[in-house]
Amino acid sequence: MSALLEVEDLSVAFRSQSGTVRAVDGVSFSVDRGETLGIVGESGSGKSVTALAVMGLVADPPGRITGGRIRFEGQDLRAASPETLRSLRGHGIAMIFQDPMTSLNPVLTIGRQLTEVTEVHLGLSPEQARRRAVELLDMVGIPSPESRLDDYPHRFSGGMRQRVMIAMAMACKPRLIIADEPTTALDVTIQAQILELLRSLQAELGMAMILITHDLGVVAGMADRVCVMYAGRIVEEGPTEAIFDAPGMPYTAGLLGSVPRLDRPDSARLVPIPGLPPAGSQGPGVCSFAPRCGHTMARCLEKAPSLVPVGDARHRAACWLREARP
Amino acid sequence: MTTSAGPLLEVENLAVHFPVTRGFIFERQVGTVKAVDGVSFALQRGSTLGLVGESGCGKSTVGRAILRLVEPTGGSVRFDGTDLRGLGEEELRRLRRRIQMIFQDPYASLNPRMSVGAALAEPIRLHGLREGEAAVKDRVRELLGLVGLDPAYAERFPHEFSGGQRQRIGIARALACEPDLIVCDEPVSALDVSIQAQVMNLLQDLQQKLGLTYLFIAHGLNVVRHISDRVAVMYLGRIVEMGEKGPLYADPRHPYTRALLSAVPVPDPRLEKRRRRIILQGDVPSPLNPPPGCRFQTRCPVVQDRCRSEDQQLAPGPSGVDVACWRAPEVPALLPNAFAGTAAPSTRTH
Repeated sequence: MSALLEVEDLSVAFRSQSGTVRAVDGVSFSVDRGETLGIVGESGSGKSVTALAVMGLVADPPGRITGGRIRFEGQDLRAASPETLRSLRGHGIAMIFQDPMTSLNPVLTIGRQLTEVTEVHLGLSPEQARRRAVELLDMVGIPSPESRLDDYPHRFSGGMRQRVMIAMAMACKPRLIIADEPTTALDVTIQAQILELLRSLQAELGMAMILITHDLGVVAGMADRVCVMYAGRIVEEGPTEAIFDAPGMPYTAGLLGSVPRLDRPDSARLVPIPGLPPAGSQGPGVCSFAPRCGHTMARCLEKAPSLVPVGDARHRAACWLREARP
Repeated sequence: MTTSAGPLLEVENLAVHFPVTRGFIFERQVGTVKAVDGVSFALQRGSTLGLVGESGCGKSTVGRAILRLVEPTGGSVRFDGTDLRGLGEEELRRLRRRIQMIFQDPYASLNPRMSVGAALAEPIRLHGLREGEAAVKDRVRELLGLVGLDPAYAERFPHEFSGGQRQRIGIARALACEPDLIVCDEPVSALDVSIQAQVMNLLQDLQQKLGLTYLFIAHGLNVVRHISDRVAVMYLGRIVEMGEKGPLYADPRHPYTRALLSAVPVPDPRLEKRRRRIILQGDVPSPLNPPPGCRFQTRCPVVQDRCRSEDQQLAPGPSGVDVACWRAPEVPALLPNAFAGTAAPSTRTH
């Protein structure tokens, strides 16, 4: 059986006053049914733009998908009509955003927003939709769901709002859910609740998930496989344990070295990555990480490395160091 | 600069209550938000106290109340022996030079129309810390160098810098006043992890070099452990556990601290799979209407009848850490330890 989602050589560029930024540059990955793929990266690495491109939500202008293929269950999404895409969003793929306050409409009740989804996508009658909305709120752990249907979003706490967003995303039982920093705006005890909820819903409904985050801890606990993004490219990918055990790219190792870790004795000093990340990919002529890397060689400044196997065949890293060693 | 050998900062029973009013012309008070409700701690010279807790616990308000950016409604704040609450405006301004603050969002705290050099020179002139324009200019260049920025950047404006660089400017601006104490309010929370580490190292270097004292306010438990000597955990306007970071992190005795630590995801997939988490139910209650008895009783996994009526104060606990819980001695038997066997007590090396 082929993968649920296949992204091949995806590129997205943004025009700005100071020129074109290659926010996503030749990104390829796939997601199988039921699995969780983590996409990790810092701000500006292109992880959210990748997700928006998959959903067909890149604002044009200023953004534009400049190349690549996106296939969901074999269907080419870039060639799909707006109607097909609309029905696919919700049914096939649903998205959860970071900030539940700005993604909920403040002047509509939670009930109205939840019933709209199922009325439009599933053709439910208003009564059926309301019953379904109660079920959904109950499923995501909102106490006394019936009485809360008529409340407006401001009556809910941040964690409760994110539960409502998850309920909305689950409304049509999508096969793939894209969660873009779903817990970043939440406190750590609430984050634990939401991650637990996502885990159990995923197991129950058998959905695949793309989890986009900057938090290495969240990825370690949630993802089956991980893609690490830097400056618009995937610089490392593989099974979660392989990547955390033996990072194959100096950037990944640098990220792991710069977080203070609660699970280890405290170190006197952190080892930061020097310098700043660039704005977007620097193109095929150079490794975008070279200016910050401690292992830069002449080759790194001549050609951007592509992903090559490291140890486990499914573990690949984009680094000339890896190619030098057999 | 220091005049006595006691703690640099002593906060006693600090309270910040905000009135909640209704009505426009005939305003009447309908309630009180107890943002900070009886917080006490002492901060030794040259050390770092980490103040950690979730949003709304009152940690930032504590920082602001120390500088009297919000007026405390009760308790005392003694800085180097002087009670800040009793000071007049002029005296307060003079003393405030010695207490500076670094904010989460340095862009919002820098004037966009002022070059970095001008922003740094202003406090130097205002407090008369250098004589003559040439000396002020030299000092600005020195400050930029101190925080790892090119002295030539003095001519540039805040929008020309990245987030991490802006935070360095925020730090330089605090240092311009030659303070003894810096209140750091979430100084690295808005930064990417690779930049976070740069700024934390800078703060540690500056502390060593200049003998600074830090009150480090943050929600990241890992960041707080790394930078602090002592740590205070806050919940709903109170400190629930406070002590040396080693024993506090290795064997927390307040159920809230234990739950908090168990909730932090760590970058180790194997450990993440086998960790036993304490998932707290529900949200933090409103500080407008805190529960009677222990503030944590509505979410506590090991709550007893006594907790619902009696309010336990912070008291020395079995592990040498102060804790506000009746059940502190039994807690290790009742609740799993987040990192049992992995987080050995740490030692500070400098």
